[in-house]
Amino acid sequence: MYNFNFHSPSSLDEAINIYNNSDDPKFLAGGMTLLASMKQRLIAPSDLIDIRNIKNLSEVIIDGESIKIGALYSHHSLSINEDINSKIKNLAKLANGIGDPAVRKMGTIGGSIANSDPAADWPAAILALNSNINTNIRSIKNIDFFTGMFETLLADDEIITSIDIKIPDLFDYKKFPNPASRYAIVGVAIAKYNNDVTVAVSGASHTPFIAKGLSEFLSENFSSDIPKNTVSKDDLNEDIHASAEYRANLIDVLTQQILKNN
Amino acid sequence: MNEISVQIKINNNNYERNIKPNTLLIDFLRDDLGLTGTHSGCDTSQCGACMVLHNNSAIKSCSILVAQLNNQEITTIEGLQDKDKLHPMQNSFRNNHGLQCGFCTPGMIISAISLFNENNDPTEDEIRKYLEGNMCRCTGYQNIVKSIEEGAKDMREKG
Repeated sequence: MYNFNFHSPSSLDEAINIYNNSDDPKFLAGGMTLLASMKQRLIAPSDLIDIRNIKNLSEVIIDGESIKIGALYSHHSLSINEDINSKIKNLAKLANGIGDPAVRKMGTIGGSIANSDPAADWPAAILALNSNINTNIRSIKNIDFFTGMFETLLADDEIITSIDIKIPDLFDYKKFPNPASRYAIVGVAIAKYNNDVTVAVSGASHTPFIAKGLSEFLSENFSSDIPKNTVSKDDLNEDIHASAEYRANLIDVLTQQILKNN
Repeated sequence: MNEISVQIKINNNNYERNIKPNTLLIDFLRDDLGLTGTHSGCDTSQCGACMVLHNNSAIKSCSILVAQLNNQEITTIEGLQDKDKLHPMQNSFRNNHGLQCGFCTPGMIISAISLFNENNDPTEDEIRKYLEGNMCRCTGYQNIVKSIEEGAKDMREKG
């Protein structure tokens, strides 16, 4: 890993100020992707700005209809939070399926979303759930947030502060994980608000996406008897782990499994 | 790049050092402090040989900077035993042949204690699930699981 200047600001304003006065800075949260990438010399920031000492970024606030999760809340904390799990069943299960216990201790929900790994678990959940990503300057609607492979609508000097999730009637997530990395070869998240159902997919394409055909069908008819291959294999990844056709089929299979379980 | 000053408590000893910001905890432990019980296996956050305890929980020391741990506390495998007396989990690994070559063992024991701190009576399934971040290439998992079951029992009994 190349060397860098290290900063540990105690406020968002201070963090942004350091960012704007550095050559090629990066914000550091749990570091579970950033540090690994730096060790491989895939990136070499001039300055690392550790945001973990900024107060109030790891709070969870639950009101009647929604949950606000602080960006620095770890996957582990989320996986054992009974209050969150009683409001949104299966969110803890998703968190508990990321990486391994030591990675979940460090990794954060905000970091995962900001990184926008196309095979990560949170992006599918965030897309399926009626949610907003709050930053130091604005609130971004979930469907606008993920713009491409490892790309988001975030500006360079913008920090996610929290995620607001409207509590659904039903939520579930199921992935077919790569056995070594635990990343999703395909992951499917389904959220239901009254008759409004959204199916979101990770792992299958260059960016997480909403499966429109499945979402429309399930909004009309919430049953496991779904139409097959509504997601075209032409839009899906093909690699040593799975062909595009296999991924298209997995989307249908995982969707059916979720529906049969709920 | 400027060196930074950090204070860190490791195995109940306070250290105040000037370090390069890109110093990983594993390198600090092994190269600067000579605490070579923590092993560097894959160096990519997969194998768990480098695990240490932070806030009673296992983390991977190959994937965290010392700079991130300023004013915080770490326990390594060297910090577990009480003078000449092994920690119950260490003892259980010895009694149950919970190691072959021993390379993964410090991480396995740290992980086992981290599990105990979350769940003091884990089932076999819970132990196996918790070890997903620890790899043993001697394929010795049977005895590792057995060691953790007995080690957890000893820890419960010794309070």
